Amino acid sequence: MPDSIVVWVAGKNVEVPKGATVAAAVFVAGAFCRTSPSGQPRTPFCGMGICFECRTVINGEPHRRSCQVLCEPGMVITPDEC
Amino acid sequence: MSFRPDIVIVGAGIVGAACGFELAREKFSVAVVDAAGIGMQTTAAGMGHLLVLDDSEEQFALTRYSLSLWNALAKHLPPAVEYSRCGTLWVAGDEDEMAEVVRKHTYYGERGIQTEILDAHALREAEPALRRPLAGGLRVPGDAVLYPPCAAAYLLQRAAELGAKIFLGKAVNSIRNGITRLADGTVFHSKFIINAAGQFAPKLTPGIHIRPRKGHLVITDRYPGTITHQLMELGYLKSAHSISADSVAFNLQPRKTGQLLIGSARQYEVADGNVDFAILSRMLKRAMEYVPSLGSLSAIRVWTGFRPATPDQLPFIGPWPDDPSIFLAAGHEGLGITTSLATGRLAVDFLLRRASAIPVEPYLPSRQIEGVTHA
Repeated sequence: MPDSIVVWVAGKNVEVPKGATVAAAVFVAGAFCRTSPSGQPRTPFCGMGICFECRTVINGEPHRRSCQVLCEPGMVITPDEC
Repeated sequence: MSFRPDIVIVGAGIVGAACGFELAREKFSVAVVDAAGIGMQTTAAGMGHLLVLDDSEEQFALTRYSLSLWNALAKHLPPAVEYSRCGTLWVAGDEDEMAEVVRKHTYYGERGIQTEILDAHALREAEPALRRPLAGGLRVPGDAVLYPPCAAAYLLQRAAELGAKIFLGKAVNSIRNGITRLADGTVFHSKFIINAAGQFAPKLTPGIHIRPRKGHLVITDRYPGTITHQLMELGYLKSAHSISADSVAFNLQPRKTGQLLIGSARQYEVADGNVDFAILSRMLKRAMEYVPSLGSLSAIRVWTGFRPATPDQLPFIGPWPDDPSIFLAAGHEGLGITTSLATGRLAVDFLLRRASAIPVEPYLPSRQIEGVTHA
């Protein structure tokens, strides 16, 4: 893919088009964004930065709203615990 | 109606709940009435600290006594109350404040509260997120935090198990001469009525000197382990108790959820509950001066609330001189969570005509009248 970039999602190498959100990369990887306090896996709900369901850890920084962040080459994305 | 309580309590905040709990335990028949629900005003808005404070000898006596009651209750509190004996760490910025640490340590120690002086190094070990340099601090290990609305709900649940009747969503129109009139037409006749309506207490008992004092709080997302103690700046008392001016003071709490609760701000003569971004910004800047990494955390909610403040920063606990059927339990300002249980105990002592564990005179509402005479 010419206009594609590679990111790491939960330890997996994922290729996504340029301009894809982190939430999209998580979806492509078949992973989830975070684990809720009661242990449930969570994924995006609103997709527009309001619901905070899609929080994830990006390059070590917790609680980033993955639907609002665009992928950058080499980004490390891991599930959040919150 | 057939239900004739011995005591009607107006207000289901933490103070009304504590009164209901203590009275029900002494086999009084109790009705608790609230215009909204359990702990929905000041109780819901506050930080929920249980701490000993030495702003005055009387405040120390009341907070120390109440904390001992909370300690006895702690093992019964359900998980939802989020009780955590995290202790308080009073932070000293400079040598002047370090002198205050030593004074406080001696004062508390002479009155049976164990504290620990931390030098700059020990402070850094205890709370690495604090800025450097700082002079040191004072650890008060017995202090705790909890989630106030659930604490109030627990106290009222215990009261209800002992037979108390709880009436929620029932506004009270008037209390006078043992008669409580609700907006829906219900009338209760009782020997005593406890006015525990907090900031609304003067509406039912005109003439009480209680003014709302606005506060702001911020809560962050979950960042467990950022801090482990409740942190307070030593300048807290200076700013918290200046009577007139708006003030902010650094107060940071670790919650059981891993969230951080950031305070505090105090404003008089502000009636609306809107978020005031100027004072919010001052409050957060103050907090970041002590814990710089707060700036990179995400806040999920900001809210305001009103503390029921009295002119001398002590609550009114005792009979109202103008009407012997009215017992006041209001005006606890920002310490109502801490001092609620002691308030309930003092109310029970009064009704049973028994001696209290601490002198009650400093909290009697009659002092207000004397105070006015001497003012």
